[in-house]
Amino acid sequence: MCLAIPGIIEEIYMQDDITMAKVNFQGIKRSVCLAYLTDINIGDYVLVHVGFALKKLSHIDFINANKLINVDSELN
Amino acid sequence: MSSDVFNSCNLPINDQACISLGHGSGGKLSSNLINEFFLPYLGNEILNELEDASVVTLNQDNIAVSIDSFVVNPIFFPGGNIGSLSVHGTINDLAVRGAKPLFIAASFIMEEGFLLEDLTKIIQAMQLACRQNNVKLITADTKVVNKGDCDKIFITTSGIGLVTANDIPSVSKAKVNNNILVSGDIGRHGMAIMATREEFELESTIESDSASLYSLINLILASDIQVNCLRDITRGGLATVLNEIAMASGIGIVIDESQIPIQTNVAALGEILGIDPLYIACEGRFVAVVDEIRAQDLLAIMHSHPLGTNAAIIGKVVDDPDNNVIAKTIIGGSRLVDTLLFDELPRIC
Amino acid sequence: MEVLRPFRDEIKAKSLIDNIKALTTKPVNIMEVCGGQTHTILKYGIEDLLPENIKLLHGPGCPVCVTSLEAIDMAINISLNKDVIFCTYGDMLRVPGSSMDLFKAKALGANLKIVYSPLDALKVALANPCKNIVFFAIGFETTAPANAMLILQAKKLNLKNFFVLCHEVLVPPIIASLLESKESNVQAFLGPGHVCSVMGLHEYEHLVHNYQLPIVVTGFEPLDILEGIYACVQQLNNNGVRLENQYTRAVTQDGNIPAQQAIKDVFEVCDRKWRGLGFIPKSGLSLNSQFKDFDATIKFKVDNLDIQESKECISGEILRGLKKPYECEFFGTKCTPLNPLGATMVSSEGACSAYYKYRQSKLTASP
Repeated sequence: MCLAIPGIIEEIYMQDDITMAKVNFQGIKRSVCLAYLTDINIGDYVLVHVGFALKKLSHIDFINANKLINVDSELN
Repeated sequence: MSSDVFNSCNLPINDQACISLGHGSGGKLSSNLINEFFLPYLGNEILNELEDASVVTLNQDNIAVSIDSFVVNPIFFPGGNIGSLSVHGTINDLAVRGAKPLFIAASFIMEEGFLLEDLTKIIQAMQLACRQNNVKLITADTKVVNKGDCDKIFITTSGIGLVTANDIPSVSKAKVNNNILVSGDIGRHGMAIMATREEFELESTIESDSASLYSLINLILASDIQVNCLRDITRGGLATVLNEIAMASGIGIVIDESQIPIQTNVAALGEILGIDPLYIACEGRFVAVVDEIRAQDLLAIMHSHPLGTNAAIIGKVVDDPDNNVIAKTIIGGSRLVDTLLFDELPRIC
Repeated sequence: MEVLRPFRDEIKAKSLIDNIKALTTKPVNIMEVCGGQTHTILKYGIEDLLPENIKLLHGPGCPVCVTSLEAIDMAINISLNKDVIFCTYGDMLRVPGSSMDLFKAKALGANLKIVYSPLDALKVALANPCKNIVFFAIGFETTAPANAMLILQAKKLNLKNFFVLCHEVLVPPIIASLLESKESNVQAFLGPGHVCSVMGLHEYEHLVHNYQLPIVVTGFEPLDILEGIYACVQQLNNNGVRLENQYTRAVTQDGNIPAQQAIKDVFEVCDRKWRGLGFIPKSGLSLNSQFKDFDATIKFKVDNLDIQESKECISGEILRGLKKPYECEFFGTKCTPLNPLGATMVSSEGACSAYYKYRQSKLTASP
């Protein structure tokens, strides 16, 4: 359930008293509600579901793609 | 205050079958509509082939004839408008049957209140498309309907071309071990249109791929390569065209998903809205099926033309009595690629 | 999507699959809770790559599939009002009601708008002051904060022409309900990654503790799923009973607290009927007393519909993981995506529809 994808914050602004952002999803941009996150800056990655940012993502998370299996390889 | 339509809370009974938007999607419902309603009454040995354009013989000349209606919304979109689209679409239907497009007929249905300024832009785009492809619009009709009875403008074009190829490419000529090529990156037209829908409020850089394929196809047909099938990818997307070829030729197809060219922003919009680019319309792309030993030569010809720079070999024809199209997925699994069932809708889950 | 490419890497996938194969010695039944995970499993052909004794059961986590027939009929009924613009996520349009779906309602004249975000429905309301705008607020905990913000904004803007048809559902009660059932054969769960982005891990720790089985909160990319399966098998081998978090890039222990607060501010927990699964206590969210003015069921008096569910549909057994779609006698014959008997054949995340779309060939090949 719940399609959510990462995008990068390009612009932050207020609309009807809520914090919104323009988020770039690899060339497609859309306004996204930031009301549920704090301490977000331009350039941050966020996880977006139905136009709402749910979680700030760390860039490192994208590089270290598989934690569990790395642990396993070490064991082996 | 509340419902002024119903007195009770029960739903109205309505079991009468009616046309739904899905019947116009180019997928399975469209195919059902044609097979169950049109062919039983209007079918004949030529129509029943269900080719992009039919080829008939008149005075020893092979003549290709096609017809197509254009109802795109918005009528102006990044990369073209309904006018250029209506000329390209008909040229492409003729070109994939190995025909040189010669003449076009057009019919315009316009809504009361439609701006003459917009009409002018559309007609100018048609003029340009006709000139670039050396085709003449030789007959036309105009009708105006009440406000609300159509959406701005609908255009129908029909084309006539002279078949120059000796062995006419056909959807039914794919053979086992043939290679499958696609002439460029897929899904751009449908995604460009999707991105303009105001309710999604998207800013997109996707431009429609609407283009006339004649010059590229002519280059191929003028070479010594025997192309078995050519089919332009329109409604229903690449997935539907591959299924049509598999069914008509009585074979199976295996494609390698990692080889299918898709622009980054098209893939991204697919992820955002949860829709699969394999099912999204193109308006300037085609699939070619060719003997495997000539596949690289064909690819080289495609790459030499501006419309074919992203062409790729994406799969091959296999023996399969079930006529399935199977994709090898990017992690090495496999899955069935069915015909489009209905228009892809944005999903939340 | 380029940023997601590392999670779709063929070499890493192969290595994970080899590890899973080396680890799997006995048959295991793992249920992925989310429809999004089901979609990934079938889209990437993951099941065929796994050892045969790993059976993946496809759970009830598709909000479109489990939205009750009553709610669909209410939606259709409301949408047919001449003064209504009915806003909905695209996936709801083909879900069959008693006598039609929303698409058919559209063909009969209903004014439907597909929205991407709940806030888009607010814009429709502001732009159409003479119409009543109704939003179909469905979804699990992931979507609830978005729906909550919509309602908070509607209240702040004092909108009188805006209503919601609320059918929010909750994941932990449905997992508990599946496990309470004696017929359950689930040995481990892939937990719902995006739900946990919002809700955190606490509720799932309780489930692990209460029902003594492993739950691995898992993401939605192929490598996420494979890692989740690996972790489940590893725990099952060692008789582990732990909550693990595979999806650390999106899920923290406490989740998104402002989002949880918005859910509490707008909704209250209620009993809910799930399509195919029946009535489950305290498994839904409805508008709390401060927001009843926005309740479309009150405004449009549609709370007493005469409904009929297909008697032939076994979606309840499918959603509980008791049967695979191809074990239904109507699968692919009387029931297809074009003529669905039940909701699991409609949504692209519904197990039946996903099987039909991606695995039809195998099924016809092997009886």
